[in-house]
Amino acid sequence: MEFFLISLLNGASYGLLLFMLSSGLTLIFSMMGVLNFAHASFYMLGAYFAYQVSREVGFWWALVIAPLVVGLLGALVERFMLRRVHRFGHVPELLLTFGLAYLIEEFVHLAWGRSAVEYKVPAALDHPLFTLYGTNFPAYRGFMMGISLLMLLAIYLLLKRTRIGLVIQASLTHPGMVEALGHNVPRVFMGVFGGGCALAGLAGVIGGNAFVTEPGMAAAVGSIIFVVAVVGGMGSLTGAFIASLLIGVIQTFAVALDYSLLNLASLAGWQLTPQTPLYVVWKLTIAQVAPILPYLFLVLILIFRPRGLMGTREG
Amino acid sequence: MMAAAQSKSRGRWLLWGGYGLLLGVLPLLFHQGFALTLMCQIGTVMIFSLSFNMLLGQAGMLSFGHAVYAGLGAYIAVHTLNFIGKGTIVFPVTLLPLVGGLAGAFFGVLFGYVTTKKSGTPFAMITLGIGELVAAMALMFPDFFGGEGGISTNRVAGSPLLGFITYGPQIQVYYLVAAWLFVCTAALYAYTQTPLGRIANAVRDNPERVEFIGYETRRVRYLVLIISGFFAGVSGGLSAINFEIVSAENVSAIRSGTVLLFTYIGGIGFFFGPMIGSILLGLFVVVLSTITNAWLLYLGLFFVLVVMYCPGGIAGLIMLQVPLVRARRLRAMLPAYALAALAGVVLLAGLILAVEMLYYHALEAANAGPVMHLIGIELNVLSVPPWIAVAVLAVAGFALLAAARRLVAARWERVTNGLAGGALR
Repeated sequence: MEFFLISLLNGASYGLLLFMLSSGLTLIFSMMGVLNFAHASFYMLGAYFAYQVSREVGFWWALVIAPLVVGLLGALVERFMLRRVHRFGHVPELLLTFGLAYLIEEFVHLAWGRSAVEYKVPAALDHPLFTLYGTNFPAYRGFMMGISLLMLLAIYLLLKRTRIGLVIQASLTHPGMVEALGHNVPRVFMGVFGGGCALAGLAGVIGGNAFVTEPGMAAAVGSIIFVVAVVGGMGSLTGAFIASLLIGVIQTFAVALDYSLLNLASLAGWQLTPQTPLYVVWKLTIAQVAPILPYLFLVLILIFRPRGLMGTREG
Repeated sequence: MMAAAQSKSRGRWLLWGGYGLLLGVLPLLFHQGFALTLMCQIGTVMIFSLSFNMLLGQAGMLSFGHAVYAGLGAYIAVHTLNFIGKGTIVFPVTLLPLVGGLAGAFFGVLFGYVTTKKSGTPFAMITLGIGELVAAMALMFPDFFGGEGGISTNRVAGSPLLGFITYGPQIQVYYLVAAWLFVCTAALYAYTQTPLGRIANAVRDNPERVEFIGYETRRVRYLVLIISGFFAGVSGGLSAINFEIVSAENVSAIRSGTVLLFTYIGGIGFFFGPMIGSILLGLFVVVLSTITNAWLLYLGLFFVLVVMYCPGGIAGLIMLQVPLVRARRLRAMLPAYALAALAGVVLLAGLILAVEMLYYHALEAANAGPVMHLIGIELNVLSVPPWIAVAVLAVAGFALLAAARRLVAARWERVTNGLAGGALR
């Protein structure tokens, strides 16, 4: 029971972090049709900037400054790089962000070296939040969940309850009409791209010290958030939310479960030996399979529900 | 009309004959062991990138997981080679790439069923997922994939071809690669002329209309992916013979990214673009990775510049000059090009100086002291003068570049206006 609850909480906090990443990705995709391959790289930049800032002036400033810097960088990328390529179509845009991911990774090597940096959880949050049946739940995990949920609420209110949100939503579906009404649609795009990147940066600030801040962190999470976007349905925020939580929870549970099909077979009364055909498959534990579960999930979704959980369009 | 067609077909024979001849005589010019290994490697990459361009350039399918087909093809080939070595099966090593190709096509059938359900950006994301799936599996099944160390083999196996070709000496491997490269290039070119190749172009340009005239775009994408998987597998089989080892790196996302970079920089709009890209960047990577830590940065920067300013790639730049050459007006452009090249060299020098000093400062200065050696010059990365040099080179380079752009644009307009209605339409 304690294992179940703690894993569920850990899974949910990881899932919420995934959602902070995938929400920016999804928002940018549904508005501009651009799949930002470098999105996870902005996440990594957020973590490294936060590390640098928190060494100078402390974590709480980093929480504000790092996402803003990352957002500004994102806006510059949109203005001076993506907009140039826009007229060539979506594939060159995707390729541009792909090249950008290379460059950001090399930049991180240059600035902070090739090994992990010591970006630590702030002392004020480095204690157990509560103890459940003898297992501690760290306060920082709770803080992560709180920030993610606050962020979620803020985006929701911004998109649904303000004039800015109205313009953004209208530019999504009727860019021509919005432009005719006197709004600067390219600038809206720039803002959305910068905002999405800032979200990724914020995720980096709170994720970098919960996990590990190293040059490989972008690649580690990058393909997972693409899986989230496809599984949830391309361009659907609700879908991305459900898929993030689902994948976060599945992965957290899987790494902790040390059972294989052998255990299942022995429960059913069969004895499998190394001589049994396909023994290498039977002996794999769930923990060993954990890294591929999101991708298997992706394949299953594509076979049985190609438009994703909440997607509306076939394509 | 007849004469034109005849001269065209003669030109084609000359082109392909020259290509075959070049492949035949190259090892006579570059016969050192290192050069031979490098040429073998570039040959396999050429087949790989040509198969990749079948997807990206000819059918508009951007794949981030193409190494899966080459890598799995290589694995099947290496296991087959080991069986041949043990005498379990009898099969000529010469045809081993065919085994790799069939394996690649098989996995194309398997994975393509899922990936080709989508096109465009979702297709790209799904191929990335499949790539990650296979790469993660490579570490889960060490019996088949060989774990961290990979599967090694010995290419001298079975009975020698014609009594003396054992593929022990590298030169014999070179001719094996060259022969397969020639056959694959011809087959892939022939493919572009088939109805399937043509309808794949149509699927790239306007999928909706293709549906209207009664083709199922998904089936076209599926077929193209299978054929492309076949040729990727052939290149995987060849690389298994060449390197005598296949490891998890062969199916990794890094490989898939590299082939994308090579193909795009070479130029996806023309059949020969990926071949140019493989040759130039193959040399570039091998040479640069031995002399600098920053080669990945240069490669990434080069790629981003090509995407932003020269989407046709190197092949596109070359083909732009063809009408000028035909009209014998290329000479009028040469001064402008020379100025542009000068600007490029100055900027590149500044960039290289800055990047090398930064890398040295970040990665080595702590151990080796602040003085670095760059092409025989001693530079103190903590002193001011080298950085002033960087600034001067950058300012001069950008000024030259601005002047060159104006000159090229002006000359280009004048030259092409003179051609209007003639060679340029």
